[in-house]
Amino acid sequence: MSTPNVSSVAVADEAATPRSNPFRSLNLSARFWVALGLVVLVLVLGGAGYLYPTSPSEKVGSLYDAPGGGLVLGTDNFGHDVLAVLMAGTRTSLVIGLLAGVIATTIGVTIGLVAGYVGGWVEELLMGFTNVVLAIPSIIVLILISISLPKSNMWSLAVVIGITAWPWTARAVRAQASSVATREHIDVARLSGARLTGILVRDVLPYILSYAVMAFVLQVSGAILAEAALSMLGLGPAGADSLGTQLHWALAFQAVASGAWWAFLPPTIVLTLVSFGFLLLQASLDEVFNPRLRRGKRKQMKQTQARRLAEAQAAAAARPTTPARTGVGAGSARTADRGGRP
Amino acid sequence: MKLGQYIARKSLWYLVALVAAVSLNFLLPRLVPGNPVDVIVSNLARGGSVSGEQQKQIYEGFVQQFGLDAPLWQQFLTYLGKVFSGDLGTSFASYPTSVNSLLGDALPWSIAVQLPAIVIGWVLGNVVGAIAAFRGGNWDRSVFTSSLFLSAMPYYCLSILLLYALAVVAGVFPVGGAYSLGNSPSFSLGFLTDALQYYWLPFLSLVIVFIGGQAVGMRSMAIYELGGDYVNYGRAMGIGDNRITRYIFRNAMLPQITGLALSIGTLVSGALITELVFNYPGVGTLLFNAISQNDYPVIQAITLIITLAVLASNFLVEIVYGIVDPRIRAAASGEK
Repeated sequence: MSTPNVSSVAVADEAATPRSNPFRSLNLSARFWVALGLVVLVLVLGGAGYLYPTSPSEKVGSLYDAPGGGLVLGTDNFGHDVLAVLMAGTRTSLVIGLLAGVIATTIGVTIGLVAGYVGGWVEELLMGFTNVVLAIPSIIVLILISISLPKSNMWSLAVVIGITAWPWTARAVRAQASSVATREHIDVARLSGARLTGILVRDVLPYILSYAVMAFVLQVSGAILAEAALSMLGLGPAGADSLGTQLHWALAFQAVASGAWWAFLPPTIVLTLVSFGFLLLQASLDEVFNPRLRRGKRKQMKQTQARRLAEAQAAAAARPTTPARTGVGAGSARTADRGGRP
Repeated sequence: MKLGQYIARKSLWYLVALVAAVSLNFLLPRLVPGNPVDVIVSNLARGGSVSGEQQKQIYEGFVQQFGLDAPLWQQFLTYLGKVFSGDLGTSFASYPTSVNSLLGDALPWSIAVQLPAIVIGWVLGNVVGAIAAFRGGNWDRSVFTSSLFLSAMPYYCLSILLLYALAVVAGVFPVGGAYSLGNSPSFSLGFLTDALQYYWLPFLSLVIVFIGGQAVGMRSMAIYELGGDYVNYGRAMGIGDNRITRYIFRNAMLPQITGLALSIGTLVSGALITELVFNYPGVGTLLFNAISQNDYPVIQAITLIITLAVLASNFLVEIVYGIVDPRIRAAASGEK
């Protein structure tokens, strides 16, 4: 989802602005492309399962058949094709990660926005609640909810992970929102009679969108790892393959001790790629949004500044750019639409 | 904000968190539709490993232990009373062993692996991170990238890779367990040297991840401090580099010390899956077995212990910080 997100913003930008290359103004680093490459690789692996002829639940061999003879990665403890299971498992993990990420980011941003903007006892109450939830380790709540659910499937697991992962997003968003709340344009909106939800969505949210996007990226990878941890403990989704359940069975059937590397290395590597790729993506997005973090790239920054200056001069006659649009990539199509019709 | 007020406020919130945690611990497993005892006993019966007589015993033991015929609020009070008197109940799966003794067997293993890993990893990680920040250049880039990779890697993935590479392929360490078959835990030299063989792999896997995480944190803190106004001012005043470095180091260390304290709070829970991978007889393995056997009292006891440890260390850190740094107290009045 992070890929369509970025590209759709870019498409909207291109349609709306006279600027020559919207990507250049984002100043994406090499690190970003490496990160994006890793994430896309994992997405492709998950998607490829739709094209792969063998079903992950089809018995094609016996216990831990070595790779070869048409089976690229051999068989697992059930005699299933490891590659088929890996692709299905990657897909399940990605779906759980994305759904949980959306839920956690939505709850976190909403609570953080309201608390930071409204202030007073509302803020006190919401942040108190957030801090209480934050203080209780989420893996514990996950374990408790998972043993309480009579049967967990991937959807319920995603919801459970999502509703335990929001607090740190809420805290960070609150800090940003309360600083935005003191700016002049908010007063203007308030004086002109805009309603609370209108101000929150149109005047405060755009300023924290870049932050929300980064938080979302981390939430997705966090959720994928949480699912893997739960599954390895034996609380995974029933009747579905995920990266965690694959490792669970490999460990339960002594794949490591018996040297059946094809049964446990692929999910281990994919989990590492997911984790590293998403973290790198977040760090490089942070550099894009926060120029102060760029280090040892003076030359590049000078070039960018010069280019921005030239672009600004060229665009000055056309129309002033709104602050929310530069760099942030404004995230939603709605903002881009408004910007397109000045 | 005054110190007393700060402490009172923090105490209040942590009390709320404690009540919430204990209530969740009590309530969530009781949300299972139907009588939880029925579910457990029917699960045991399906497993076929428990005889009818044992089933009845477990059933009655559980009903009696938690007073399941009483109203919920009364059950909660009974539960609280037992927890606070240090009685964590009786295990289903290894009836009639008490949960206390199961935990007592598992906890020392977890702590023995975690505590040295955290302390040594913390020291090494901070040194590596600080050097990377001060030196910059290629050294920094390679250290940062590899630390980021190590800290981003799920800790259990590194465990699996190390186990395979060093134990299965290279054969340097034994594969899984905590001591040789036929040996039994004791404080003799023979047992300790034997256990040390099995100790290295889980320890290594934890310490490497920890070094990575600490180095990333220390590096970014030191870089942040390097750009501080006081550094420029000090340089302009002609203060020597060594002294400035010392100031930078001191300021960058503060959050790292918090990190150390918080890590010690996750002592019990930090290696749950590492223990599974290495088949190490700590809390993680106990939890895994309890989950696979629906051993609710054990699961609840472990979750409770972990939560209490985390809450206590967070609380202590916040209080100590409030005493040490008045800016935190000032920020707390704005931040709640």
